[in-house]
Amino acid sequence: MSTVSASSGVAVPLAEATKPVSGEGRPTAWWGMVCLIMTESTIFAGLIASYFFYRAAAKQWPPPGIEEPKLTLTIIMSFVLWGSSIPMLVAERGIKKGNQRALRFGLIMAWIMGAAFLGYSMKDFSLEKFDWTENAYASIFYTTVGLHTFHVFVGLVMSAVVQIKAWQGKFSAERHLTVQVYAMYWHFVDAVWLFVMPTFILSPHIK
Amino acid sequence: MAVTHTPSEETHGKIDTEELEEIWADAPGVPGFFSTVDHKRIGMRYIYTAFFFFFTSGLMALVMRDQLAAPNNHVVGPELYNQLMTMHGTTMIFLFNTPVLAGFGNYILPLQLGTRDMAFPRLNAFSYWIFVLSGLFFYASFLLGKAPDGGWFGYTPMTAKAFSPGINLDFWGLAIVFVGISTTVGAVNFIVTAFKMRAPGMTINRVPIFVWSILSMAFMVLFAVPAVTLAAGLLELDRLFGTAFFNPAHGGNLLLYQHLFWFWGHPEVYILFVPATGMISMIIPVMSRRPLAGYLWIATALIAIAFISFGVWVHHMFATGMPVQAMSFFSAVSLIIVLPSGVQFFAWIATMWKGRVRFTTPMLFAIGFLLIFLLGGITGATLATMPFDWQVTDSYYIVAHFHYVLNGAVVFPIFGAIYFWYPKMSGRKLSEKWGHISFWLMFIGFNLAFFGMHLLGFLGMPRRISTYPSGLGWDNLNLISTIGAFIFAIGTGVTLVNWFHARWWGKPAGPNPWDADSLEWATTSPPPEFNFASIPVVASRHPLWDQRPLPTANPNGDEATKSLGPEGAEHHETPETTGLDARPEATLDLPHPTYLPFLLACGIAVFFVGLLIKAVLVGIIGVGALVVALTWWAWRTEVDLA
Amino acid sequence: MAKRRRIWFALAVLVLLTLVACSTKNSPAITDPKGNEAHTISGIWWLMCGMASAVYLIVGGFIVVAAFRGRRSEEGKPSRVRDSTFIVVGGLIVPSIILLVLGASVVYASNNLRQPEKDPLKIEVVGKRWWWDISYPDQNITTANEVHIPVGRPLEIGLDSDNVIHSFWVPQLGGKVDLIPGQHNIWRVKATKAGVYRGECAEYCGLQHAKMNFLVVAQPAAEFDQWVVRHQNPPSGPSDELTAAGQAIFMREPCAGCHTIRGTTANGTIGPDLTDIGSRRTLGANTVANTDANLAGWIVDSQSIKPGNLMPPIPMSSNDLHALLAYLRSLK
Repeated sequence: MSTVSASSGVAVPLAEATKPVSGEGRPTAWWGMVCLIMTESTIFAGLIASYFFYRAAAKQWPPPGIEEPKLTLTIIMSFVLWGSSIPMLVAERGIKKGNQRALRFGLIMAWIMGAAFLGYSMKDFSLEKFDWTENAYASIFYTTVGLHTFHVFVGLVMSAVVQIKAWQGKFSAERHLTVQVYAMYWHFVDAVWLFVMPTFILSPHIK
Repeated sequence: MAVTHTPSEETHGKIDTEELEEIWADAPGVPGFFSTVDHKRIGMRYIYTAFFFFFTSGLMALVMRDQLAAPNNHVVGPELYNQLMTMHGTTMIFLFNTPVLAGFGNYILPLQLGTRDMAFPRLNAFSYWIFVLSGLFFYASFLLGKAPDGGWFGYTPMTAKAFSPGINLDFWGLAIVFVGISTTVGAVNFIVTAFKMRAPGMTINRVPIFVWSILSMAFMVLFAVPAVTLAAGLLELDRLFGTAFFNPAHGGNLLLYQHLFWFWGHPEVYILFVPATGMISMIIPVMSRRPLAGYLWIATALIAIAFISFGVWVHHMFATGMPVQAMSFFSAVSLIIVLPSGVQFFAWIATMWKGRVRFTTPMLFAIGFLLIFLLGGITGATLATMPFDWQVTDSYYIVAHFHYVLNGAVVFPIFGAIYFWYPKMSGRKLSEKWGHISFWLMFIGFNLAFFGMHLLGFLGMPRRISTYPSGLGWDNLNLISTIGAFIFAIGTGVTLVNWFHARWWGKPAGPNPWDADSLEWATTSPPPEFNFASIPVVASRHPLWDQRPLPTANPNGDEATKSLGPEGAEHHETPETTGLDARPEATLDLPHPTYLPFLLACGIAVFFVGLLIKAVLVGIIGVGALVVALTWWAWRTEVDLA
Repeated sequence: MAKRRRIWFALAVLVLLTLVACSTKNSPAITDPKGNEAHTISGIWWLMCGMASAVYLIVGGFIVVAAFRGRRSEEGKPSRVRDSTFIVVGGLIVPSIILLVLGASVVYASNNLRQPEKDPLKIEVVGKRWWWDISYPDQNITTANEVHIPVGRPLEIGLDSDNVIHSFWVPQLGGKVDLIPGQHNIWRVKATKAGVYRGECAEYCGLQHAKMNFLVVAQPAAEFDQWVVRHQNPPSGPSDELTAAGQAIFMREPCAGCHTIRGTTANGTIGPDLTDIGSRRTLGANTVANTDANLAGWIVDSQSIKPGNLMPPIPMSSNDLHALLAYLRSLK
């Protein structure tokens, strides 16, 4: 019953092939987010590479007339952003065990920390003394840091949708793929800043 | 585990297919047109739309060839010629070759994999709408008399605002970014579908080579398209907002544009070539009546090409004056990349060698491909050597080379695929006699048109010139090339007529007119809306050859297997399987038709129009529509599986 | 069998084409080398051509045989060669050897190309839209669209652009090098034979890319030295009434605003230097021959010869034109 011989003698172990497994693989939505992250990462990688390309050809960096990026507040707020991955993890771990409070608390904390970073980022842009049309340094700075900030903004909007669903009680220990996929995106946004920040904020100070 | 070896015909007989069709069908008429998420409908639309661009751009090429048929000609002046040249190249790469292969991938993949649709059907519809809207966006330039004229690769500073002040180049730069969204999103869909939605038993080493080729292509897309998005995107930031990315006077760098462009540009040609080889790998075994030789070798070669293609881009920049030592690395890798193609080549020859070749139209195109690609690949190897490249780059030798590989080695497989798969898609056979005629006209015309261009390159004719003087020995070869181009065009026209005739009056094709081996041939022609009422079980690389009758799996009532049978089709579900072993893992609820992908695409189009005409309000409206559509989409997505 | 006949037909056509090509004597062909780099590359090419032809014929033969081989038999003709052997030998091992040989030969043959040499003649080329500004910094000569060089002496050609990217290509001397704004490229080459060679812009640069060509005049050393001496000194003033009238017209009309003629007050730099216009072989960047008719046509309406170029039409009476021509002809 478990095999069949077809005309060319291939034994078809049907029982084997169709036996279900669980917990082995990741769902399609998860893989979709992984692919999105791979391609978005490549955009940031291209921008970072371009930054160093410009720098290698420049006599002075930053170019005359532009100060090096200010460090203190930016470093502090960077840790706020990176730190937001912790409540995110709490939320994810929590809902895996069915803990609704951990989910909601984690999501809102991550949101607040992300929003703080976003607010600081936008304030910082408005205070910068140079305009993005001035030179290549300015252009790549605003574009890359701005693109990251935009990703943070999108993440906060996505978080709002997830949080509404969370408050509606739509997630449980068995059903929380949305949270997982969103968390991956949020960790990605933090990870990108791990590369963008040292490149654009720290490295100009290294002569 | 109740498993039977019920052949699909028996199973079908017990199921009310009409009822199933109704559950899966789109709404009739216009609503259905805009709301479909069916991969077959979307795939065919991709192909038809892409061919519309093919013939339009082909006509442009004929005008160019007419102009170049004689020295000092006045068919078109330099302004129009430069526009035609730009439109032709950009169209063929972005609006024909890339989408038509995606279209075949879209149509064929779920059928070959034994599943009921792609992993993300709505995303699939979205990627089509982006493609068509970006194509219309791009061609609006031509209709408005403002076609871009910066060449298909748009080097700065010629395409910067200072030297191209009009709106023409903005159509080009924005369209490139716009259409990139479609390609990227399509790639995500292909990867996830190929890994997670296969018939049980279709382990990773039983996956059809066409699927492998689409996978390889999709991975290249994910990592390459961002580079051209940056090249064109940063160029547009310079043009629209005055940034300094490519302005040397303000620290910008011109070579950076070329690096970004070609970092995508070289993998792009493999993004085109690899799926074409996948098609050949499906056609040759069927027409040689034996399994493909060297399956593992070919799969490995496809993966190798995907990686190595990222290591050669500087060979497009050998004449830019960068240090020779640095460029030598790329020269070496450009030689190495010949090897995986050689492996594929001999696998095909081996398949034919021990087989019994029947000269059907698809096989003719496959053999034509082999003869053409052999030359194109060889000239590619010659170009890897820097000194020789210094002489012939930017000459007609290059025009010859890339037409051999992008026309001959991609378009011929596409035509072969049309003759191979159209019977499946439409249920009608194309005329073999007219198919043969089309092939011979195309093959002879192609070689007449492009072989002589190698010689023109040797005789010192640069590329992208709108005219040339007499007395340089270029006249006869150009005339021959023009004649060849017209013959080639007529050949493609014969297939167009063949299609038109077959569409209305073609003889019915059964489920498997070629006696082929892969799963798409197990369905009716055309396949039912739901592809498979019962998902087949696979135990070989050639299920229809080795597993007669084709067994299907019946569900066992648990979450993972409940959609394997007709109830799965009834509930609009399909199984999700593990990546390597294709064991059922979960059930995927497939989305029903919806307007959201179309709305989202329209919002994005409006945004790009706003950028193009620098109208902030339009841009904001576009973004608003986009955000609404996305949020609504996210809200309606029930990604959670039970 | 009809298929076989058609394949032979196709091959015959290709051979014919090749013969057609070989009968062209006036072409700026890379296979007609007159410079050290072109010689080396031509040699590399013929080696590759031989290898490529052999590969094509052999593998093409395999394809054709494979296509016909099994047709008459029931099951396809068997072969003692295993699939994987065929693939590995034909697709990996043999190509690897060929590519290795190719790579090594090219490296060996070309390792002395573009190397700095002692006492080169320096030439500065600036790509313009759509013409070539040529100057000899050590000899204090500026000209346009015609590059005189001594045979056998190493050249150091500096390449710049102040607008878009161009590319400097003289197929008979060697490969091309781009002119990139903001980047100073250098091409080092030597001519090996005297003659006049066509040069072309080989990077799409806009509307009149097709008509941005030039000439290289390679002369024996003595002749070149004479040319240098003649051109170093600014031309002596007009020698008769007609040419004097012509000079006056040149100064009166907008000419001096864009063009330079050394020894006069005309020092415009938008258009080519015209100090030796009378002795140049072509006009409009090797677009038309430098005849009176063409020169007249160019002055009065260059847009009809090279539409889009940056020189506006300068209409004038035929008497004025006659005088102006005489003056320009005297500038040798």
